[in-house]
Amino acid sequence: MADLSCNLGGIRSPNPFWLASGPPSNSGEQVARAFDQGWGGAVWKTVGEPIINTTSRYSSIDWNGQRMMGLNNIELISDRPIEENLREIREVKRRYPDQAVVVSLMVDSTRKAWHDIVKRTEDTGCDGLELNFGCPHGMSERGMGAAVGQVPEYTCQITAWVKEVARTPVIVKLTPNTSDVRYIARAAQKGGADAISLINTLNSITGIDLDTFVPRPNVGGMSTHGGYCGPAVKPIALNMVSSAALDPEFHIPISGIGGIATWRDAVEFILLGAGTVQVCTAVMHYGFRIIRDMLEGLEFYLEEKGFQSLNELRGRSLPHLTDWGNLDLNYRIVAKIDPETCIGCQLCYVACWDGAHQCIHLREDRRVPLIDEVECVGCNLCALVCPVEDCITMAQVPGPAGKMSWNALRSGRS
Amino acid sequence: MSEIRLAPKLRPEEYRTNFGDINRALSPGAALAEASRCLFCFDAPCTAACPTHIDVPAFIKKIATGNMRGSAREILSANILGASCARVCPVEVLCEGACVMHGRGEPPIQIGRLQRHATDWAFQNPVQLFAPGSARDKRVALIGAGPASLSCAAELAKMGYGAVILDRHPLPGGLNTYGIAYYKMTPEESLREINLVRSLGVKIQCGVQVGHDLTLEDLEADFDAIFIGVGLGKTRRLGIPGENLAGVYEAIDFIEEVKSKPFAEIDVGRRVVVIGAGNTSIDCATQARRLGAEWVAIVYRRGESEMPAYHYEYELAKQDGVQFLWHAQPVEIQGNAFVQRLVCVRTRSGAREASGSFRADEIPESRFFIETDMVIEALGQDPRSSFLEKLPGVQLEKGRVVVDPGTGQTANPKYFSGGDCANGGKEVVDAVADGKRAAAGIDRYLRAVGPRPPGL
Ligand SMILES: Cc1cc2nc3c(=O)[nH]c(=O)nc-3n(C[C@H](O)[C@H](O)[C@H](O)COP(=O)(O)OP(=O)(O)OC[C@H]3O[C@@H](n4cnc5c(N)ncnc54)[C@H](O)[C@@H]3O)c2cc1C
Ligand SMILES: Cc1cc2nc3c(=O)[nH]c(=O)nc-3n(C[C@H](O)[C@H](O)[C@H](O)COP(=O)(O)O)c2cc1C
Ligand code: SF4
Repeated sequence: MADLSCNLGGIRSPNPFWLASGPPSNSGEQVARAFDQGWGGAVWKTVGEPIINTTSRYSSIDWNGQRMMGLNNIELISDRPIEENLREIREVKRRYPDQAVVVSLMVDSTRKAWHDIVKRTEDTGCDGLELNFGCPHGMSERGMGAAVGQVPEYTCQITAWVKEVARTPVIVKLTPNTSDVRYIARAAQKGGADAISLINTLNSITGIDLDTFVPRPNVGGMSTHGGYCGPAVKPIALNMVSSAALDPEFHIPISGIGGIATWRDAVEFILLGAGTVQVCTAVMHYGFRIIRDMLEGLEFYLEEKGFQSLNELRGRSLPHLTDWGNLDLNYRIVAKIDPETCIGCQLCYVACWDGAHQCIHLREDRRVPLIDEVECVGCNLCALVCPVEDCITMAQVPGPAGKMSWNALRSGRS
Repeated sequence: MSEIRLAPKLRPEEYRTNFGDINRALSPGAALAEASRCLFCFDAPCTAACPTHIDVPAFIKKIATGNMRGSAREILSANILGASCARVCPVEVLCEGACVMHGRGEPPIQIGRLQRHATDWAFQNPVQLFAPGSARDKRVALIGAGPASLSCAAELAKMGYGAVILDRHPLPGGLNTYGIAYYKMTPEESLREINLVRSLGVKIQCGVQVGHDLTLEDLEADFDAIFIGVGLGKTRRLGIPGENLAGVYEAIDFIEEVKSKPFAEIDVGRRVVVIGAGNTSIDCATQARRLGAEWVAIVYRRGESEMPAYHYEYELAKQDGVQFLWHAQPVEIQGNAFVQRLVCVRTRSGAREASGSFRADEIPESRFFIETDMVIEALGQDPRSSFLEKLPGVQLEKGRVVVDPGTGQTANPKYFSGGDCANGGKEVVDAVADGKRAAAGIDRYLRAVGPRPPGL
């Protein structure tokens, strides 16, 4: 059996699946149940001076009959007393020596406040700390969360204060609500962080009640922007993880977060360099039990691919990512329709005709459309809209000889 | 006058169409879409409704994530005959009947077809799903190679016990191989699954009738426990004049012929009458039609609302053009060496009987004839009493083996039982569940009796 164990900047866990800081990791009883079902680690719901939450707190986007493609929340950090949280953390760590217990922290932006909370937290025996510089609502209005995480200097400064006293590894959790996440990642590294985690939630408004005009979630007739997460944010998170992983100035480990619901999602994050992955929304939707398929699916995948450990997988897709300017402009593919499996819906035709390059044509005698392969620019759109598996495939055709990229063109080489 | 009027044989492709899969496999894309429709209920009602308690949402979710191996393992670890069950289970009254989608006014998740998708994958891809347990010094004999014994033996082998199954038929599988309607499952599909049971180390000896080729004393001497999974016998006969005429069949014999001979070698009359309206009668009627009979009728002494067959089986028979004659009681079969007609009297519903159904009272002076070339009697299977009565210390009630429902143990602690011979005749999945429970019961019993005395 493949080795699933992980070491993220000094924090060890039996497998890469951690609960992300949020409602599922809000109490010792929940985290214990999660560990019992197989989760490898948990980042405790952010601990700090207790806050008061609103009701309601969440809203979501459904898509095509599926509930909660994206989830939005206006929840703040833990509403439970610091002492109570710390007592439960100590207890959980005592009962689960092998699982990673990481505590998410957020306090006022003073050196003393951070020194105090770090010392008190580490007394529990926890395995590491995660600094929440990402919460995009409420806490940022108080000068915490994203208010810190959006400014490289603040990120670096507070990380450095924490590192002055911390004895366990420190993860800095990044907000995606920034123009280029690499600046913040470098600032965390500069402050001495042992790892980063990303992404926290994206600023969002999920929708509006068309009768009352109140955006969701509705808190007594008013609403506010919240943080977006769940399957919808995965592409954004994958991009951010890869941009940090590919940054030549950035060298510390990454814990990937954002829309992870299955082992497949996790593999993608790991292929882009993530050391561990964290899950929040999927657990909120289906419960801790999803870990069974996550673990089994990942194990079988590694076994089938002949990998002994996650290290062999980690970052494998990064060499396949480059700047647009390096892509080969001589690579050519065209669309092919399999007339045997085509059901004649003609969605490819209308997509190409109205939305692409007008190279799919209708025929008088049958409903199977015809592709003008000479005109086809190989954009993939028809294959993406085709409802029949493998009916439209993209086939490579000879292009001009040799490779040619924009960057090569620009620098005058051929 | 006395020549048989056989239905003409069909062309090979007609047989292929008529006996082809009634419920086609899902394409990978369709399976993915259907799996994604599943709500992944917590403490799911479908799981509770399955007699083997397969974790249905878990296996469906694994199809959705592309974890096919895990999905198959999820199914087969709860039900080693999960591939058969996916084809033959009356899902409408089991898992799919319990699906919460009904409450939304939507069709239930196609659990049976998804289960088939996952288990077919496992048979088409060379993956090992289970390993035999580390060997223990105890051996169990299982009489009958039907679903009950197969399931029991597979569980025992997983625990490390030696398991030897004995069956009088040339092929294993019991009714799974010789009984299930051909268009639901072929004998090959049944046998393919039995290879999985064999791969766990289970030994199967065919062509051995216990009580004839081998005595119970032989088994008692060689084995530490004995499981009785002999199923039921032939169907009860009507006991009316003319039953010995050529062209009068007993249902199980007829169905066994359909399952074991090339279609073109099976004779059916142009006109066929099936007596009785249970699921077995439907199987006889539809398969007679599909073999080329021009006119097939089911004759039942009660009314439509009291027909024991499942609703969808009834629908299938109607689609196949089978006629139904309600309130008709056969009293005589007439003919001249060969069957020529069935004589019936009309009945009407009388007083309610203890069983809850209405008595069928004959209407005087109402005799009528049905011209027919073949009669199949399908009145419900009799227990294998002559065999069961010889089991030492095993109690019977109405011909059924009396067992502890939790462990399958009989009044003789060394004997366990399950499947049709103990439950009176249910479904394949019930036999599998019985076998599984009995394996756990046998394990507990064998642990308690302690190590084998030396010399055995
Ligand atoms: C026509 C028909 C159609 C059916 N269709 C369906 C269906 O669509 N779906 C469904 O779920 N269920 C169906 N069933 C029911 C299902 O087949 C049974 O419930 C199930 O097979 C019972 O399994 P079992 O192991 O108890 O017995 P069986 O399958 O009957 O197996 C018993 C075996 O024991 C052997 N045996 C008996 N005596 C001895 C002896 N003395 N020595 C050695 N071997 C012996 C027999 O030869 C037989 O092979 C159908 C039944 C019939 C008759
Ligand atoms: C209701 C809710 C509360 C959250 N609370 C916190 C928090 O207290 N601290 C924190 O660092 N992140 C918090 N998050 C963000 C998650 O940890 C995670 O970064 C984000 O949801 C993306 O992952 P996902 O798509 O798996 O949900 C919260 C998310 C949700 C939905
Ligand atoms: S999920 Fe629980 S806490 Fe939230 S509204 Fe429903 S019942 Fe209340």
